[in-house]
Amino acid sequence: MIKAQGLAKVFDDFWAVHDVTLDIPPGTVLALLGPNGAGKTTTVRMLASVLRPTRGHAWVAGYDVRTQPLAVRAHVGVLTEHHALYRRMSVYEYLDFFADLYRLTPKQKQVRIERWLTFFGLWDFRNHRVGGLSKGMRQKLALSRALLHEPPVLLLDEPTSAMDPESARRVREAIARLRSDERAILICTHNLTEAETLADRVAIIRRGRIIAQGTPSELKARYLGPPEFRVTFARGWDGHPPSIPGLRITRWDGRSLSYRTANPARDNPAVLRTLMDMGLDIVALEEVPRSLEEVYLKVMAQAAQAEAAQATAPADVDAVTEEV
Amino acid sequence: MSGGIPMVESRDEAAPRARFWARWRTWWHPVWVIVRRELRDQRRDWRILTPLVGLTLFFPVLMLFTANRMVAFVQRFGAELIAERLFPFLLLIVGFFPLSISLVIALESFAGERERGTIEPLLVAPITDGQFYVGKLLAVLVLPLLASYLGVAALLLSLYVRTGWYPDVALLIVVVALVTAKAVVMISGAMVVSTQATSVRSANLLASLIIIPIALLLQNEATLLLWRRMDVLWYYVAALLVVAVLLTRTGLAHFNREGLLGRDLDALNLGWAWRTFWGAFWGQAPSLRAWYREQIGPNLRALRVPLLLMAGLLVVAVVIGAHLTNTYLNQIPDDVLLANMPDRDEMVTNLAGLRGPLTFFGGGRWSARAILAHNLRAIALVSLLGVLSYGVAGVLVLLLPFALLGAGQALITRVGLMSVPAYWLAFVLPHGIFEIPAVLLLGAALLRLGAAWASPARGQSLGAFWLRALAQWAQVLVGVVLPLFVLAAIAEAWLTPRVAVWVLLHQLP
Repeated sequence: MIKAQGLAKVFDDFWAVHDVTLDIPPGTVLALLGPNGAGKTTTVRMLASVLRPTRGHAWVAGYDVRTQPLAVRAHVGVLTEHHALYRRMSVYEYLDFFADLYRLTPKQKQVRIERWLTFFGLWDFRNHRVGGLSKGMRQKLALSRALLHEPPVLLLDEPTSAMDPESARRVREAIARLRSDERAILICTHNLTEAETLADRVAIIRRGRIIAQGTPSELKARYLGPPEFRVTFARGWDGHPPSIPGLRITRWDGRSLSYRTANPARDNPAVLRTLMDMGLDIVALEEVPRSLEEVYLKVMAQAAQAEAAQATAPADVDAVTEEV
Repeated sequence: MSGGIPMVESRDEAAPRARFWARWRTWWHPVWVIVRRELRDQRRDWRILTPLVGLTLFFPVLMLFTANRMVAFVQRFGAELIAERLFPFLLLIVGFFPLSISLVIALESFAGERERGTIEPLLVAPITDGQFYVGKLLAVLVLPLLASYLGVAALLLSLYVRTGWYPDVALLIVVVALVTAKAVVMISGAMVVSTQATSVRSANLLASLIIIPIALLLQNEATLLLWRRMDVLWYYVAALLVVAVLLTRTGLAHFNREGLLGRDLDALNLGWAWRTFWGAFWGQAPSLRAWYREQIGPNLRALRVPLLLMAGLLVVAVVIGAHLTNTYLNQIPDDVLLANMPDRDEMVTNLAGLRGPLTFFGGGRWSARAILAHNLRAIALVSLLGVLSYGVAGVLVLLLPFALLGAGQALITRVGLMSVPAYWLAFVLPHGIFEIPAVLLLGAALLRLGAAWASPARGQSLGAFWLRALAQWAQVLVGVVLPLFVLAAIAEAWLTPRVAVWVLLHQLP
């Protein structure tokens, strides 16, 4: 539903996005993570056919972003980075205006405006001026606008950034529901917990380049190593830690044992058997939680190191200069 | 059977028409949606409404007071005619004031939306750049223009009630046409500024580019109204409409989502600007010779069409100059004309005095250096005017000397001093061999540069596009035009007076 190959964007002599390749099939949420100025918004704008790629190709909902910009824009719902709205319009008028631009019929307009305003708890505010709404309410209104024409592709830039926890939860629910409707969704966010909760796949972008991409579990395995498990005992144990062939013990304090294994199905039962044979009463066996934040920070640190190394290599500098 | 065939035919005939109207409606639908929204927004903004209503209602009252005082004053001297001649100017002023609001709205239209961030949802909507631009343009035009007409109508009514004066239909039409044309020019100009400005502040700073010429134009129109030169005023209306079309074309050509959402254009990157300009000017040429071969050659070949146009214009300028002079000379009796013209010997003496010394830097007013300095000043003026007017004003200045050459040809042949070929051989050709191609190339390059202003910058930023167009123009100027002008100045100082004297002394036919 969203396919990008080698997408690049140059502003005068500045490479904002460099060789971005993405594949987001229907019913998938991809979270695009990266620091400010990494190229997330430029990527979204190219996918929305607002900016023309300098290089590479992208197809959104089956349409080429270069040659079919109108068709692309008719089939994407975009929540823009800045949720600025027309302050002097009422909530209803605002959605009505965009519904007209998207050529909805009067019946469709009425049904969908009511549906989304009700869903986001804005129906009672439909006659209020947009200027009088809170930041979170405005964001919900902007999201309603992006969903109004029921697009098969959604590009959402910071969808919950200004929302209170309850509203953010509603938005996350909405995104999950939209995913189950077989929509392809790209979310740009700084909220890594949200990305972990919602995203089927994650792409990390830095200085215009995708530096890591995969499912959250793939990324964790790749950057943080095999999963870590912890066994907690009922009573303390003064002896030596157990010796289990092939197992890498990461922590032993007499009350608990932590270890890493790439094959938990094989190793976890073996560990439990060994500990019970030692006469230890086991309270719990659990996987040590590892966050996407750890992955993100590690990926960024590695990328920074690689860039620093590259900056000192004369041949590489020449190559970059030539490319620019 | 026979009844069925026409039905089929009529359906076939109707189908393209129906498709045309369907496409027409489809195209205009988002335009009207945008216009409706903008008008609703303007209607709710007291900062727009208050001055608009104020200017529409207050100025007719002020102008009526002025008219009454004026009539009372001139009646004392029995010169009511003067007062009546001033009334149309008051109409023009009353029509103009509400338009100043349109300027503010137009300047704000894109720059303001960009600044507030409200433009992006519109840019991701399925509308074309043209629909967006036209929608904004119409929305800005409607309210101030209505206010303007209302002000004119209010003053007309008041003038009729208080003084019994009313304009003839032709005058009324020309006033309304002038008000409308000015509105369209101001708004299309302001829209161009607004699409390129990165903030309302920078748009307002650039507004003087519109206000100053319009203020000068208004003064000019007032004089013409006083003299009742309706014919000239219609030329003004036509010229204004041409300018409006050019500005709208420029606005549409350079309106793009990239510019509105791309990098901040306020950031002046001189290093990048120079690299872009120099890259387009010098290219990859390793030597001067290679530069002429790789850059100047293809550049000159690409100038074929504007060169042909420029050559045609030069011929027309000569013909017009000769024709107008002949028309004028025909009104002067031969004896009067001959009595005021120098004879052959006098001309030889004068020309002998013009012969410059054979040094480039020495000599006085007619030395090669002085001629070149004069030509360089002319090139600077022509270039400046050309850059500011899509090449038109620059080309007009270039045509003037050729109209004068036509006038000289008419005069010299009329008094029987020499034939047309002898005139061109004596006075033009020796340096014209260099100067005429230089003028042709300069004019053609300016016309191309002017056309570039109104052409879309596909696949590149507006700044890069303009810098490259400027570099192409500079290539022609530096690589060909300036060297030709140097040669022309030398020839004009050293050769032309000598050839002219020789032709006169040998009494060539």
